[in-house]
Amino acid sequence: MATASLETRENRRAWGFVTPALLWTIAFFVIPFIVMAAISLATRKGREIVMAWNFDNYIEFFEKAHLLKGLFVSLEITFTVTLISVILAYPLAWIIAERVPQKWQRMALIMAILPFWTSYVVRSYSWLLVLAQNGVINNSLIYLGIISEPLELASTRTATVIGFVHFFVMLLTLTIYANLVQMPPNYRRAAADLGANGFQVFWHVVLPLTLPGIMVGAFLTFVLCIGDYITPQILGGNNELALPQVIMLQLGRRADFPMAATLSIILMVVVTLAYIACARWLKMERT
Amino acid sequence: MISSRFSKLLSWSYLIALYGFIFLPVAVLVLFSFQDGRLPVPPFNGATLKWYGEVFADSRLMSALGNSLMVALGSATVACVLGFCAAYGLARFVLPASRLQRGLLIAPMTVSYLIIALGLLTTFNWVGVSLSLWTVGIGHVVINLPLCFAIIYASMGDHQKNIERAARDLGAAEWQVMTQVSAPMLMPSILAAFFLAVTFSWDEFIIAFLLSRFDVTLPVEIWSMLRSGLNPKTNAVGSVVFLVSVALLLILELIVFRRTAKK
Amino acid sequence: MTAPVSIRNATKTFGDFTALDDVSLEIAAGEFIVLLGPSGCGKTTLLSLLGGFLSPTSGTIEIDGKDMGDVAPAKRPTTTMFQDYALFPHMTLRDNVAFGLKMRKVGKAERHAKAEELLDMVGLKTSANKKPHELSGGQRQRVALARALAVEPDVLLLDEPLGALDLKLRRQMQDELKAIQKRVGTTFVHVTHDQEEAMAIADRIVVMNAGKIEDVGSPENIYMQPKTLFSASFMGEVNFIPGTLESATETTLTIKTALGSVELPAFDHAGFTPDSQVTLAIRPEHFRASTGTGPRVTLGKAKVEDGSFFGTHHRAHLSPLDYPGMTITAHMPQSAIIEPGAWVELTLDPASIVLLPGHPPHPIQESAAS
Repeated sequence: MATASLETRENRRAWGFVTPALLWTIAFFVIPFIVMAAISLATRKGREIVMAWNFDNYIEFFEKAHLLKGLFVSLEITFTVTLISVILAYPLAWIIAERVPQKWQRMALIMAILPFWTSYVVRSYSWLLVLAQNGVINNSLIYLGIISEPLELASTRTATVIGFVHFFVMLLTLTIYANLVQMPPNYRRAAADLGANGFQVFWHVVLPLTLPGIMVGAFLTFVLCIGDYITPQILGGNNELALPQVIMLQLGRRADFPMAATLSIILMVVVTLAYIACARWLKMERT
Repeated sequence: MISSRFSKLLSWSYLIALYGFIFLPVAVLVLFSFQDGRLPVPPFNGATLKWYGEVFADSRLMSALGNSLMVALGSATVACVLGFCAAYGLARFVLPASRLQRGLLIAPMTVSYLIIALGLLTTFNWVGVSLSLWTVGIGHVVINLPLCFAIIYASMGDHQKNIERAARDLGAAEWQVMTQVSAPMLMPSILAAFFLAVTFSWDEFIIAFLLSRFDVTLPVEIWSMLRSGLNPKTNAVGSVVFLVSVALLLILELIVFRRTAKK
Repeated sequence: MTAPVSIRNATKTFGDFTALDDVSLEIAAGEFIVLLGPSGCGKTTLLSLLGGFLSPTSGTIEIDGKDMGDVAPAKRPTTTMFQDYALFPHMTLRDNVAFGLKMRKVGKAERHAKAEELLDMVGLKTSANKKPHELSGGQRQRVALARALAVEPDVLLLDEPLGALDLKLRRQMQDELKAIQKRVGTTFVHVTHDQEEAMAIADRIVVMNAGKIEDVGSPENIYMQPKTLFSASFMGEVNFIPGTLESATETTLTIKTALGSVELPAFDHAGFTPDSQVTLAIRPEHFRASTGTGPRVTLGKAKVEDGSFFGTHHRAHLSPLDYPGMTITAHMPQSAIIEPGAWVELTLDPASIVLLPGHPPHPIQESAAS
């Protein structure tokens, strides 16, 4: 192709750079997803999987209380965790950005997210040490004579929420801090100059400006929280099961791949809805 | 100004309380990894290094550690190379449907690991691929590729485009432009992507759990240790992992961010 | 090391947009050519066609008699000096300058020697081990020049290389650029939108507008005898007086304007037919000659509206008696006394008036010519 122009030849070369990554994503992400979607339309006969091409699994999900409950437990935990984490993290990020001297800020931030770097599995286990029947809290309270019988802390939803909040407070502190420091200081100066007091400056200027950043962090929290198996499994125990636990249960004991696939698709639909809601809101905010 | 002093006091109390909450589990974990007794809970009976000794003598744990390192370094390398090439192609050339391509490459980032793992598991079962560290590595490249691509793509500005044009103009072939100009120029972000990918893979549980069989990675091995309940040995493993991660973080901070800060 | 360039009927379109419209230009070997024009005029597109970063939609480009067709940038006897210098940030100055030689598989010792020789030429020999971020803007510019020259191109393409420098440094670099071009003898094709820069360095200036070449010539020619209204106005301040050609004889052209009839010698104004629209272009400083002797043209009296002192001259705004709505800018001698409200005579040497076809796109004064 001697007649091909320089630009065309360049473009042909460009495909060579992009194609490997695209192929990888298609082979190991798109196709698996299609396979999983197809399997969700199959049924299990004994240990065999038979392609039935119907929505029986989805109907079953809405009919069987223990399956549907998993979704509601997950949603309740996720909303609680997101809300508490934002409420706890915002002041922390604000204090680091505003009260901690400039040269210590980076250090303070690194410290605030240091436990981020423990293994995710180990972090949940560490909370078990704190919350267990013979754990740090119960033992200390008994030693101090405040209680005589150990409190039921581990294997509860509270334990799950604490474990999650611990993780997401760190994550959100990071994102909110980044938002706070990239806000030009002149906005606040202008507001103060025009007579706003400290709280008014925060309420009318700082909070609205950082809200998009908070929403992005909250969305991230939502996605990671609702899809997590480890924390509810270690800290929440088996009293009530979150959706990922229900999915894993299908895989383990029952080897019910079609149902596991169905539940995964439902989980993804929920996340996608949350994404659309978040994107809508951010778009509205901008216009 | 009493109110200002009060708000200052409030701020610092809140800071300390939250730091306390953040560090409590880690402190407990590390402290009781030295517990001279069978249970990693109060009272603290005195210090011993016995549990660390057991950890390093545990061949299963050590081979899991080796597997984890292998998978982490391998998958991060593949993800970085694929991500860099894709970013180079999409940032430097005008390709049709480039928005769609970018969207496709980023897409796995928005999907729960559990779903990615399950999709791969059903596909591998269907095709008849047996599970091994290779399948875990493939899964980890899937989750790390969007990350590496996004980080490197974001750092490719138009200014560098002219620098690459200059190299081409001076006679460099495409692969020379990439290896001698683009990659060294973008090294800080490539390294950042690489280290982030290493830590993500190193700490990943659900994909490693579902896609491995006999050889497992460290988080999966720790998971199976949890069945024995509270155990100072688990504390010791956890502390070691923590130290390794913090060391990685320090390297990242010193090499990558220092270098970018200098410019 | 130097070569002629010939551009024949080059056209470049991007979708519906025509960036370059049937442009032809011959450049001699060793010439310093400046492509001058406002942004979007096609000058950078033309440079990219020469450098091989774009292919022409139609037309041909030859360097040293060889068709460049779809020869890649790397294979062309050209190098480009980019506006933002495009130095490799991770390499020392020596490695930057030696890069092109390294790509040509020149041995390490040899290419380093050559790089240092060139760094010496641009006055940066002692900084060979520094990285680009340690340099000032002017120094980076010199390194970029040294790097582009290191591979001994036949043609050096300069894409607004002085655009990022402040005014004083820019003037200084112009002189250096010119001196280096004379020394190496390479053909330079330089793009700029600064007409002073163009005049300072060019052997020939190519004035471009809207994808076409408006005018080609030496700086003196383009300034004194521009061929189009655009060329005249882009090359500095000018007064346009629109009019109509009344009669043309062998020796004299008579033009009717709002300021009366003007008679010009016909020697250089062939090709105008009676009743065609024409414009008189007069540079402000040409009014200064009014006190001298020789042939004379007068445009009547004008009132001084305001004036300011510019060191070498006074710059005054005048409104003519015959047509007070028009504003004329004139440069008066240093010694002149400029008093608002005073009356002056608008006389000038007819040879300094340039007659151009057509009327300015935005009439300076409504219905000034009718």
